Amino acid sequence: MDLRLIDASPALEERRAIDAVLGPPEHAWEGGIRSPEDGRIARGGRAAQRRRHLLLPALQAVQDEIGWISPGAMSYVCQRLSVPPAEAYGVADFYSLLALEAQGDIAVHLCDDIVCRNAGAEDLWRELANHSIGEGGPVVARHRSSCLGHCDQAPAAFVAGAGGYRRSVTAATLERIAEPMSAEAGSSAIAALGDPLLLRRVADRVAADLNGYVNTGGYEALRRAAALGPDIVLDIVHASGLVGRGGAAYPVGQKWLAVSSSFEELRFVVGNADESEPGAFKDRVLMESDPFAVLEGLTVAGFAVGAARGFVYVRGEYPLAEARLRSAIDQARQSGYLGDSVLGTGFSFDVEIRRGAGAYICGEETALINSIEGHRGEPRDKPPFPTTDGLFGKPTVVNNVETLAAVSALIAGNPAAVETKLYCISGAVQHPGVYEAPLGVTVRRLLTATGGVPGGGQPGAVLLGGAAGRFLETEQLDVPLGHRPPSLPVGSGAVVVFDDSTDFVEIMTRIAAFFRDESCGQCVPCRIGTVRQHEALSRLAAGSDEGMLLAEIGAVMRDASICGLGQLAFDAVESALELGLIGGRSDG
Amino acid sequence: MIAVDPRRTASAAWADLWLGIDVGTDIALANAVGREIIASGLHNESFIARATVGFDTYRAAVEPATLEWAAATTGVPAQAIRELAHAYAKAPRAQLCWTLGITEHHNATDNVLALINLALLTGHVGRYGSGLVPIRGQNNVQGGGDMGALPNKLPGFQDVADEDIRARFEAAWGAAIPPVPGWHLSAMFDAMERGDLRSLYVIGENPAQSEADGNRAQHLLGRLDHLVVQDIVMTRTAEMADVVLPAAAAWAESEGTFTSSERRVQLARKAVAPPGAARDDSDIVCRLAARLGRGFGSPRPEEVWNEVRMLSPIHAGMSYLRLENEGGLQWPCRDDQDPGSVFLHGRLWDDPPGGPPAPFTAVEHRPPLDALTDDFPIRLTTGRHIDSYNTGVQSSGYRSPNRRGGSIDVAPEDATMLSLREGEEVRVVSRRGDLVAPVGIDPGLRPGLAFMALHFPDDTDVNRLTLDVWDPKSGTAEFKATAIRIEKIGPVLA
Repeated sequence: MDLRLIDASPALEERRAIDAVLGPPEHAWEGGIRSPEDGRIARGGRAAQRRRHLLLPALQAVQDEIGWISPGAMSYVCQRLSVPPAEAYGVADFYSLLALEAQGDIAVHLCDDIVCRNAGAEDLWRELANHSIGEGGPVVARHRSSCLGHCDQAPAAFVAGAGGYRRSVTAATLERIAEPMSAEAGSSAIAALGDPLLLRRVADRVAADLNGYVNTGGYEALRRAAALGPDIVLDIVHASGLVGRGGAAYPVGQKWLAVSSSFEELRFVVGNADESEPGAFKDRVLMESDPFAVLEGLTVAGFAVGAARGFVYVRGEYPLAEARLRSAIDQARQSGYLGDSVLGTGFSFDVEIRRGAGAYICGEETALINSIEGHRGEPRDKPPFPTTDGLFGKPTVVNNVETLAAVSALIAGNPAAVETKLYCISGAVQHPGVYEAPLGVTVRRLLTATGGVPGGGQPGAVLLGGAAGRFLETEQLDVPLGHRPPSLPVGSGAVVVFDDSTDFVEIMTRIAAFFRDESCGQCVPCRIGTVRQHEALSRLAAGSDEGMLLAEIGAVMRDASICGLGQLAFDAVESALELGLIGGRSDG
Repeated sequence: MIAVDPRRTASAAWADLWLGIDVGTDIALANAVGREIIASGLHNESFIARATVGFDTYRAAVEPATLEWAAATTGVPAQAIRELAHAYAKAPRAQLCWTLGITEHHNATDNVLALINLALLTGHVGRYGSGLVPIRGQNNVQGGGDMGALPNKLPGFQDVADEDIRARFEAAWGAAIPPVPGWHLSAMFDAMERGDLRSLYVIGENPAQSEADGNRAQHLLGRLDHLVVQDIVMTRTAEMADVVLPAAAAWAESEGTFTSSERRVQLARKAVAPPGAARDDSDIVCRLAARLGRGFGSPRPEEVWNEVRMLSPIHAGMSYLRLENEGGLQWPCRDDQDPGSVFLHGRLWDDPPGGPPAPFTAVEHRPPLDALTDDFPIRLTTGRHIDSYNTGVQSSGYRSPNRRGGSIDVAPEDATMLSLREGEEVRVVSRRGDLVAPVGIDPGLRPGLAFMALHFPDDTDVNRLTLDVWDPKSGTAEFKATAIRIEKIGPVLA
């Protein structure tokens, strides 16, 4: 046999955790006791291979149970799923929340990204040396983390340990990190310029249970969809011009039509809840405070395109959002909003949550699909697109969380859903948080709504669209935001504000480090380019003139990378150079 | 997918069902499957009636092959054999794919015939998604046969004994062709032993290490009056040669055609010049011919190919231009308009069926010749590792993270019984020879079954153990079934 397992056995609790995901082994080939008949017959080899998509959940079960993935547990997972250990190792190694070494009592993933580092993350990192916190406190394994999606309550940390211990820490301090059980993450501030639509239930905090949701107009969209039929729902979405809110601004109706018209009968819908763009946290807020709106949107999508199964891929660093969504799914099942013949329509639909494991790139839809299938989260070549060759090779709709919430609002009879948008404003502003405003709003208008820079005055710089976005010129603060020129591209809606005292070389070096760390490594321009870009910025910090080299690397990444990560990895740096934030006019 | 293999290999691990058959009992299994299909009324009566002959004889021959008998003979549970039979017969489309586990036996041809019978019984042949698929280990095994590298065939599988065919070739070549078939490889070694064969010209083969009973093979090669070896690397056989002719690699350094196992002839272009003094095979042959007094000239590869098209009717329609434009063509392709043949046996489904009916051939189970006894109680079978190729001539020069080297692989139960540890060196003894190899413990094996790869003739030369008795119909030796015992060399640990 060519599957060579690691010479290590799982501990009892590891075996239990894995069996809880995969079911108990049925024969020796799956890790049971060997009998003479096992030398003559084996069943289910192909079925085991088909369960490859359970690799990540099985590894996560071990990680949750003991705080890391031991060689014995890894070997057992491989045996159960018939996956070579080298390949499973490659998957585990891809994700930052999976540890292949023991982690002490707790692993602390401390965000030191562009917002949190200006809120004291570096000091906290130094205090968080690899030893116990306080007298008799937990022994800590510390890890630097990319943005954790709590930019409005910086600095943020994500803490995990054995026994399923996973929680977010906002406004992090040593004490708050060490608390054995903290309250839920502090809620984000929200506000709206005009009447809130996507945030209307978030404001009232009533929608975490099904009654509260239904009492505030919830599941009206699904009822109307059921009455109208899939074709009319498709027409409404298509005619509305609704575009995706994940950043790429692709028309939702086109995706849905492509999937609904497929010859393949088996289709999937996937909610992309892997919000990881530095500076973005709106999807988290929606899932935490209005999870049914997301779920309803996904159900409507499934109804419209003829999919019987949906997945929501939730960022691993969002434990509260995941818990609220799980609870929503359970409640929806119990009340007939999911399951066989939803609302008596004959349409059957159910949703499964898949948890990410720490990888920015999995927000890219084909990387997300690969991740669900149990592979490294590497983007696929496109075409073919997920609408024809998506999850498990079948036609698949992948929609962002905010998009799904907008679908719920739209089908419930609110055409304004097409025009409204969530903005995540963080950094040097009086009141960071999630703001709802119509498309066409200007950044200056949004900044005014946040109360402006603390202490007054003009911002030093504004980064629109996160690490994959661009710094704005002063006159661009007055250009309306939108999806296509002459509007400024709104992207994921992340707006990060910096004050005058910011060290922009340091910020740009951090952005470059972000892309270096988060590049999946699959294609050369991105794998090499993001490293070279970071090196050049480090030299630039020491006074060297790196503008030409940076431009050349950036052009190669933009032209030749296979996905948006590499294609956009130079944008922020380029705009910072053009604005003179670094490299010349205003910097040494 | 149902896998039938003595070992649970990586391929078997992909299967819905794996049957761990005893080595050399393939016919017992196939006949029992055939009997079960007939007994359950699952055979394709209309296909049998319209396109085959010999069904009644076959039915009578397999009648004794009950599930119970087959279970006792093959070691596979009767229920699993029944499942295989029913799954194969009921499938809308089904293929039988095999490789050397079927053909490296003393009764290789009978093994294949037993499988053909099943395809005829069910009609799983000659149409889309069905068929009989011998999987080749090289890209051009088929091409070698196409070009007449068989003792009894001229190019295009034309019989050397047929006077009219011979006459056409003789007219084209201006030379007489012996009407008597030549020797195949195994027969050549017998001829060497008798002294009838005294000079040998070896092209691209390493018989000193690839033949069964390697001790005998090397002894006979060493006794030749004259040995010429033409190869791209210095093989063990080349080291024994009087003359070595360095050749260009067929891949990248030469131009010509390959034929894949689906009979698709594909054009391969030359990309780089061969290194040093190496020359194209055809160039060497032409120059040798000139020295021997027969001018072949210096034909370009396309000119050689056009001669093939002139003499082999199944290749006649395959111009270089078409091969290039159409991405290869499947023979038979008889003229410029012929699109080639996707299904070789599609004629069986024509109405009425074209050509002669396909014959059932009753065959009997005969166990491996190297019998298991108390002195030699373990069945050794041979095969390949994923990271190595044949005798290692083309692969041992490259490192592979997966390469484990040569070992005698045994079942965990046998390792316990013989108190063997992983990596421990043991002596492996057959009736013909012995060798020392480290132990590998493989749960894919069961008690009484051992495995060695053939890739490491310098360290663990498995062919010192194998039996060189060959199938009289195909000339293939029984590499797959050797009786051995394993002797412990090191101290027995308490």
